[in-house]
Amino acid sequence: MSGFLSLHGIRKEFNGVVAVDTFDLDVEPGEFVSFLGPSGCGKTTTLRMVAGFEQPTAGTIRLAGKDVTYAKANERNIGMVFQSYALFPNMTVAENIAFGLRVRKEEGSARSDRVSELLDLIHLPDKAKSYPNELSGGQQQRVALARALAIRPQLLLLDEPLSALDAKIRDDLRAEIRRIQRQLNITTIYVTHDQEEALALSDRVVVMSKGRMEQVGEPFEIYNNPATGFVASFVGQLNRLPVTVEDPALGRIRMGRNELRTTSMIEAPTGAGVSLMMRPEEITLDDAEENVLEGIVETVTFLGSIVRVQVGVEGSKVIADLFNERLLELPEAGDSTRISFPPHACWVMA
Amino acid sequence: MLPFFLFSGMFLIAPAIILAYRSLEGPDGTLTLDNYRALTTDTVIAAYSMSVRISLTTAVIGGLVGFFLAWAVSMGGLPRPFRSGLTTFSGVASNFAGVPLAAAFIFTLGRIGVLTALFQLIGVDLYGGGFTIYSYWGLSLVYLFFQIPLMVLVMLPALDGLKQDWREAAENLGATPGQYWRRVALPVLLPSILGTMILLFGNAFGAHATAYALTGGLLPLATLLIGQQISGDVLNNPGLGYAVAMGMVFIMGLSIVLYSILQRRSERWLG
Repeated sequence: MSGFLSLHGIRKEFNGVVAVDTFDLDVEPGEFVSFLGPSGCGKTTTLRMVAGFEQPTAGTIRLAGKDVTYAKANERNIGMVFQSYALFPNMTVAENIAFGLRVRKEEGSARSDRVSELLDLIHLPDKAKSYPNELSGGQQQRVALARALAIRPQLLLLDEPLSALDAKIRDDLRAEIRRIQRQLNITTIYVTHDQEEALALSDRVVVMSKGRMEQVGEPFEIYNNPATGFVASFVGQLNRLPVTVEDPALGRIRMGRNELRTTSMIEAPTGAGVSLMMRPEEITLDDAEENVLEGIVETVTFLGSIVRVQVGVEGSKVIADLFNERLLELPEAGDSTRISFPPHACWVMA
Repeated sequence: MLPFFLFSGMFLIAPAIILAYRSLEGPDGTLTLDNYRALTTDTVIAAYSMSVRISLTTAVIGGLVGFFLAWAVSMGGLPRPFRSGLTTFSGVASNFAGVPLAAAFIFTLGRIGVLTALFQLIGVDLYGGGFTIYSYWGLSLVYLFFQIPLMVLVMLPALDGLKQDWREAAENLGATPGQYWRRVALPVLLPSILGTMILLFGNAFGAHATAYALTGGLLPLATLLIGQQISGDVLNNPGLGYAVAMGMVFIMGLSIVLYSILQRRSERWLG
């Protein structure tokens, strides 16, 4: 079944260089989907193809059942928020928000009602007569969001809308975007390279690398069950230890003198060299019955709610994130320590 | 700061004070307002009027042609070499003025100029049709040779300052390219366009050598009148010449104030 927005077999080449390849995605009405990946992975190019600013080399884009692959951007009824805000500097906030309605020749009173409604929605009712250069970055981005929503778009696209803002404003605005999206139940595509943003906001995340989709799934699934090594390392911190397979069926592996175990089956033969992965928050600095490794503490970094401890283990580095409790006893650099992790919290990749 | 004040004192303030003082001197050396009263005579008004008209004509035509040229190489999809070629030519041509420019036009579009002869060969008699390089439109054509390139040089950075995101945002909101230009791009560029046209006005208004070398005083321009009054054999009245110059300073000052107001707005939007 195809979704409200369907991208099938999308491919985009620029002078023979493939920017996006074999991109297939169905987005349901009201869903919030993020494209997550490093710079140059093709996420913005894909978004621009949906917006109509680029045409795919191959594939089809359908929106609300209609093929819009080659439709002009101004005929798609899609709202877009740009990284640079792209507010028109010669217009006031109210004029910016009303721009889309004005070019659609919407009647004057309906237009001003809609502008007031949106100014309330973004909590800036007193800024109607301000010019963009009189607003802070966060306020400008709110206005850009209101302007995109003013035309009652079928689909909302956000291209790294928070990346130019300070951390605190970014967090506030992130919550604001999600609140507005839920309130209006508008189908939304959000492009970001910030994994925390993608995980916090999205119903589903599309992780991309080198123009391809690496994995599509809910944030919890993406984080806890990464499908590829790239997803595992790009989304969240990850420890990767070189181990040797001992018993693939029972999930037994060995790292030097230490015998370790994972609950999942290993798809590699006995004796094969593989990587054992685990998240830093799964590691504890205490004795356990199994999966224990000895090492030397290299650094201890205080990060507020967590304390990051880096331990050298048989030539590899392991990062452990410990929750900052009042009773937490922190080791010091140079101390010998034992780290452990539960078998269900680690997995093997070739 | 000291070099700045020294420089502006020597080359701006002191000459202006001397000019103001001399404009108040009568033929016998006494202080008088007669020179300023003489600014309302038909000859002086005609000279100002001709200077203003020719400056406005070349500012508007040069501004429009220069803007479209700059637009063509900046966003018109022309290959990159066109831009660098036009920029280089504009850099040279905008500074090409005075006697050499007048001579170049006399040799090409004068009564026996190369182009005039070539036109005759293909059956077009420029001078028979009423055109002459020594006229109002002839001088305007010569001025346009440096006015258009100056407009190109100033407008190119302004056009580059138009963000692609503005165009895409407008398009995304349903605007046609025409609506984008009418409601966003042109209003944003307008201070730059008008500001540069004022600059072109000032550029033409103060030109003397080109007009003198080309027309030899046939056209009554304010700059030529100043020359005639200060160093002429027939109309020698230096005080009046200085008063006419003070009038020009006033008009130029007004232009500069307008230009800087528009430039400030343009920088705020395109900066």
